[in-house]
Amino acid sequence: MARGGQGAELDRKKLLADPIMVTTIVVLIAFLTLFILYPLAILLVDSLYGSGSFSFNTFRRVLAMPTFTRAITNTLKVGFVVGILSTAVGLLFAYVEVYVRMRKFVGGLFKVVSMLPVVSPPFVLSLSMIMLFGRAGLITRFLLKIYDNNVYGYWGIVIVQTLTFFPVCYMMLKGLLKNIDPSLEEAARDMGAGRMKVFTSVTLPLLLPGLGNAFLVTFIESIADFANPMIIGGSYDTLATTIYLQITGAYDKEGAAAMAVVLLCITLAMFAVQKYWLEAKTAATLTGKASRGRMLIEDRSVTVPLTVLCAIAACFVIMMYICVPIGALFPTWGYKFTPLTFKWFGQVFTKYHGLKAFRDSFVLSLIASPITALLSMIISYLVVKRKFKAKGFIEAVSMLAMAVPGTVLGVGFIRGYSSGLFHTGILSGIYGTGLILIIVFVVRSLPTGTRSGISALRQIDKSIEESAYDMGADSFKVFMTVTLPLIKDSFLSGLVTAFVRSITAISAIILLVTPSYLLITVQINEFAEKGAYSIACAFATILIIITYGAVLLMNLIMKFFGTSRKLKEEVD
Amino acid sequence: MAKEKKGVRLEHISKIYQDPKTHKDFYAVKDTSLEIEPGSFVTLLGPSGCGKTTTLRMIAGFESPDEGEIYLGGEAINALTPNKRDTAMVFQSYALLPHYNIFDNVAYGLKIRKLPKEEIQRKVIDILKLVGLEGMEGRMTNQLSGGQQQRVALARALVLEPGVLLFDEPLSNLDAKLRVTMRTEIRRIQQESGITAVYVTHDQSEAMALSDRIIIMEKGVVSQMGTPQEIYYHPNNEFVADFIGDANFLKGKMLRHEQGTGVVEISGTQVRVAGAENVPDGAEATVVLRPESTVLGDSGYFPVKVIVSSFMGAYQLYHVMLGSTKLIIHEYNPKDKKIYPMGSSAFVNFAPGDAHCMKG
Repeated sequence: MARGGQGAELDRKKLLADPIMVTTIVVLIAFLTLFILYPLAILLVDSLYGSGSFSFNTFRRVLAMPTFTRAITNTLKVGFVVGILSTAVGLLFAYVEVYVRMRKFVGGLFKVVSMLPVVSPPFVLSLSMIMLFGRAGLITRFLLKIYDNNVYGYWGIVIVQTLTFFPVCYMMLKGLLKNIDPSLEEAARDMGAGRMKVFTSVTLPLLLPGLGNAFLVTFIESIADFANPMIIGGSYDTLATTIYLQITGAYDKEGAAAMAVVLLCITLAMFAVQKYWLEAKTAATLTGKASRGRMLIEDRSVTVPLTVLCAIAACFVIMMYICVPIGALFPTWGYKFTPLTFKWFGQVFTKYHGLKAFRDSFVLSLIASPITALLSMIISYLVVKRKFKAKGFIEAVSMLAMAVPGTVLGVGFIRGYSSGLFHTGILSGIYGTGLILIIVFVVRSLPTGTRSGISALRQIDKSIEESAYDMGADSFKVFMTVTLPLIKDSFLSGLVTAFVRSITAISAIILLVTPSYLLITVQINEFAEKGAYSIACAFATILIIITYGAVLLMNLIMKFFGTSRKLKEEVD
Repeated sequence: MAKEKKGVRLEHISKIYQDPKTHKDFYAVKDTSLEIEPGSFVTLLGPSGCGKTTTLRMIAGFESPDEGEIYLGGEAINALTPNKRDTAMVFQSYALLPHYNIFDNVAYGLKIRKLPKEEIQRKVIDILKLVGLEGMEGRMTNQLSGGQQQRVALARALVLEPGVLLFDEPLSNLDAKLRVTMRTEIRRIQQESGITAVYVTHDQSEAMALSDRIIIMEKGVVSQMGTPQEIYYHPNNEFVADFIGDANFLKGKMLRHEQGTGVVEISGTQVRVAGAENVPDGAEATVVLRPESTVLGDSGYFPVKVIVSSFMGAYQLYHVMLGSTKLIIHEYNPKDKKIYPMGSSAFVNFAPGDAHCMKG
């Protein structure tokens, strides 16, 4: 018996008969290797061969730095607590949405809360945290008359990150809860279990792997987060900020590379557990679809407290976000609140080159997003619908990008391209240009787009593409006339997601940007660090308006040109 | 209508898969050779997992054979991609392109072949007429019933005038009544167009109704090939006999051959049977009895006990025990016949020509 003999040879021949497909695969592999694999590999190479010969010296050196070891414990401590808190709050929101009858108004609040973190730049909550609860905070100082409240440090990061990441858990857990077949819980009720018992003996055990999954996803996000610890961390450094300071402050690129390797190893390990163990378990316990609608809980002793609790939490989160645009309107935050003024917005453009910053960010993101969207759709197509040898590689590397913290990627690009490929000068021309920023934008958004593309494509019957192929279309034609039109929605949302992610990105970009490009996020970060909160708020507000506008535009386009509704009817 | 009817020849085709659980390789199709005549309607019939769909997909080009060569109209096509093969397939799920209307679905392949616009227009209208969907060109696929979608799928394949038309269980998603109507339609259209057709199904009545020849597959291997009559009346083995129609099996021993028939001893009784050529004297033999050619009487070959006796309308259904062997009997047109109630004793009878003998 010889599997992989003639059959594999024929498959190869068939593939080679399709030049566009072969070219696409080759280009894709080159892109992934050059811009994801290589920057990570060079970190390892540099930190092991930095002195010309193989040694662990660099690792030994950084591990001996108290700042670095402290940063590791800090990061893990924050990640762990944030993971637990976010999962808990996310579960509460998800449970209330799926199980409890609530007023439309509360439902609306939930939607806003899940939307906000998507469209806002990453450090908005840190800003508002400082502005509301800091030493000159609106609430602490002026409402509660506390004059020495310190928001900087551990608790500041934990609170801000929890508020930033719990909506992710909420969305994940909501999907899982909806998949629980109500008859399971009804059976338990029927056998005499009370509501609490049903929750602890049926719902929770079914959800357990999903909770673990949510926890790890948040854990990874928290560890990788750069912007919040940067602004609200104070002297409490995490790995991401330590690496950044090691480069920008200490100019120790080898050390930073070694630190980045450590950070990468931590996130990769978590990612592996999450991806290969928990995700499979989640799928195993919650496979089926709910057979029919769930009887919502109407018992007021349950609905009232839960709804009120969630509504308060939601309002608090929304208030935190609103604080930023309002903050931009006060003459001097913390001292002079009237009359409201647009002077900060004016200064953005007159004094601080706002126009150039917005143009640079906007143009670069605008170029990056269609590339990202198209690339991720192509990758999804190849992964889901085709079989060829390098498929495993393509899938693995694009998933890998999901687990790479932006800071690590940033250091990798510095090490990998500032003096060319393997320090030979080849391709060093792209360093410091807009091109490398665009590439980083693409790499950073690729995993999200690919994931959404893959799940969209999995829902499309394989034989639809096969039929087109069978009628004589080649792969390119099949992709353009069948696949892409069928996942138009996923493509469009990928486009906008990529745009929003790019224009709000900071962690990798801040390491790579040169003075010839002014990026909004970098500007905001700079002003926030300097304590110029009003101007930072003005920048952030305009940014939120742009991203929110992009999302609205997408929804509008989808409404008119989307395919999903039509296709869904068919599936039903 | 077809440009050129093409035959299909499979020479020692094998396909090996890996079991996802045990990671062991196994033959999905093993050393299969078969010849499909141009213009004929051939069915690959078998239970799920027998390799019939894999065989069809190898002909279409979606799977590559690990051993052997496939010929289409005399040309070796192993290395050709599906889009370069002169085959067209009707899928189980219809696989209509949901973002196109009927016209564009049917015209898809013609547009790829870059035919002039007027010709495409004419061909699509003609073919829609043939499948009974005139005037529905503008409908979207989700506005169609299952049967109509099936017709579009058929039209879309037919319009390309392929050398061979492939069907992958095309009727399995339809309800029972429609299935019968559609299979008559498919047979009519195939005969009108004279196209070569290879049809995969697990439904034996569909296979009988449609085919010139039936190929029965079991565990990746061809069990028997032949016309529906040959397969029904002269099954090669118990699997085929049982898969096509109902069958009773009586174990015995071949005593001798006499004038083209054989004499088999079953439970001490000697019975005369047909099809004895393959079984040598003295060998173990299995006699196949179809329920409708078996009758109950007050005297006969074997005494039996009636354990089920139900009136089914067209026939009286009996389950009877011959020793420890259960036999099924259909007495057609039972109105004027003697009915044996449950628990009664009777004898089993059959004509020698209705009993078919196999090895084993």
